[in-house]
Amino acid sequence: MNILVCIKQVPDTTSIKIDPVKHTLIRAGVPSIVNPYDGYALEMAARIKDKTGGKITALSMGPEMAKDALKECISVGADEAFLVSDRVFGGSDTLATSCIIATAIKLLEERNGAPFDLIFCGKQAIDGDTGQVGPELSEQLSRPLITYAFESEVCDGAIKVRRENDEGYDIVTARFPAVITVEKTPYEPRYPSIKSKMAARKAVIPTLTSEDVIVDEGRRGLKGSPTKVKSTYTAEIQKNGQTISDVEGAVAGNMIVELLYNDGVLK
Amino acid sequence: MILDEETLELRDMVREFVDNEIIPKAPEYEKNNEFPAEILDRAINEMELGCLCQPEEYGGAGLSNVAFLVLSEEIARGDLGIATTLFGNCLATYPVLIGGNDEQKKLWFDTLAEKKYAAFCLTEPNAGSDAGGVQTTAVADGDDYIINGTKCFISNGGLAGIYTVLAVTEPGKGVLGLSAFIVERDREGVSIGKEEDKMGMRLSNTAEVIFDHVRVPKDHMLGKKNRGFKIIMDTLDHSRAGVGAFGVGIAQRALEEATKYAKQRVQFGQPVANFQAVQHILADMAIEIECSRQAYLYAGELIDAGLPYKMESAIAKTKGSDTAMKCAIDGLQVLGGYGYMKDYPLEKLVRDAKILQIYEGTNQIQRGVIAGCLMKKYK
Repeated sequence: MNILVCIKQVPDTTSIKIDPVKHTLIRAGVPSIVNPYDGYALEMAARIKDKTGGKITALSMGPEMAKDALKECISVGADEAFLVSDRVFGGSDTLATSCIIATAIKLLEERNGAPFDLIFCGKQAIDGDTGQVGPELSEQLSRPLITYAFESEVCDGAIKVRRENDEGYDIVTARFPAVITVEKTPYEPRYPSIKSKMAARKAVIPTLTSEDVIVDEGRRGLKGSPTKVKSTYTAEIQKNGQTISDVEGAVAGNMIVELLYNDGVLK
Repeated sequence: MILDEETLELRDMVREFVDNEIIPKAPEYEKNNEFPAEILDRAINEMELGCLCQPEEYGGAGLSNVAFLVLSEEIARGDLGIATTLFGNCLATYPVLIGGNDEQKKLWFDTLAEKKYAAFCLTEPNAGSDAGGVQTTAVADGDDYIINGTKCFISNGGLAGIYTVLAVTEPGKGVLGLSAFIVERDREGVSIGKEEDKMGMRLSNTAEVIFDHVRVPKDHMLGKKNRGFKIIMDTLDHSRAGVGAFGVGIAQRALEEATKYAKQRVQFGQPVANFQAVQHILADMAIEIECSRQAYLYAGELIDAGLPYKMESAIAKTKGSDTAMKCAIDGLQVLGGYGYMKDYPLEKLVRDAKILQIYEGTNQIQRGVIAGCLMKKYK
């Protein structure tokens, strides 16, 4: 098994604040972490590797400091990691990003002499929350895509996935090579061991620049990004609900049912 | 001392495990009087915290002693019972590292990898502080020794798959008639006696281990015949700094809990943390903790540098354990009546801290060790 996991280093949004005037994220002093959904994706890949053996490669695009995130991946299951990093890739939107990453993947596959059996991504990153890069990758690479996987098993050159839908879950199978985006799994990602942590610290992570990952100027960076952000704002929390208090539970229950009938929620 | 980046990263990683897996879950195990097998399984199998003193050439991480001690503090901050179980493995391992040959080390670490737990068998009903009072015997019989005796208060006694055991090989010669052995749990005649019901450290296993005509090959003897006492004393010199680190862990936890509480507990219209009387208690705790931490780190640095550390290790143990006791009691005082209740962790810290002044050489014995070093130093 040859697995690739795409990861993104993101600010820890649980400790992030939004500038009330500029409506932008205040990133100063906020710790950077591996996007949690990418962590679930890596754990899913690592569990497959535990059973079948093989190799996991982690890939990220971002500034030099994203190597810390890749080292973290090496401490919890990845065997090697690469960082795609170049000034000319800066300002890329999801389309340009997926184009660059797809090109990097093809480069790695060329070097390996074989395609990755599986490419895992988190379902979305917790900073941008677009959820687009995984599906776009599958398109750019012309490979089948399964999104929102939370459980998977591998047999006979195919992966069987449980994926979330609005009512429950679907079971979908795809033959290798395939792209899978991963939802929160029922299990937590593993902790690093003392030894794997020490080894990861020493790991050398090669950087792939625009000289290695060759992408047309019109398909990378700001030029290659059709997405334009018109404005950002902080959503206001509106409390439109009615509160029923000072009556007994049974009476309150009837009042709520009546309100819901009147509003057409219950029929 | 200032910790290097690697040690800090390892500490943060273990702290995350302690904060997520030990601190929220340990109280339930303690309440139900249940052994925390799941927590320990993850600690040993996933994080490989089972034997942190294992050298690299035998498959371990090859940590420095400083890093080892820093991680000991972190785990004790979570729960002393769990810390004692994990580091009980190291205590049992030191005699093998100190006195064992290559084959014995391989046997030891292979067995430990499979069985997960080891125990150090020194204490007997009549041999506590006076280790020379050991009555367990090992009598030569052909290519074997036959071991007879009962060891008590043995940490991991009921869990271990392998033991290091001190026994008399030449009666009448006191400490110069003692030898150390490796004994596997599955040898005929090894059995577990009473499991102790302890005041604190409730998540650890402390048991009697009985050796009844247990036959072990002669190659299970560590070092030379009748030289076991020295191996065991060197073991304790080494491991004592770790008890100091445990003490700092408990004291640190008490400080964190008391400070958080003081900031949110309102009396006389304001948080009690605003009152100087409370602030001074917390500040005094921080003073003791930082001094005690530096004491164990210094002992660790000396060990890493290959310099003599006997006195500094005893100082770290005494200071760290006294600090644990004082900070647990003072931290409890900050919580007032709530501190006395089992809903808050302070009463448990008090119960746990007490053992640190007793095990691996009482603090009175430590002062004897320190005084002995002084007598030699200033002739």
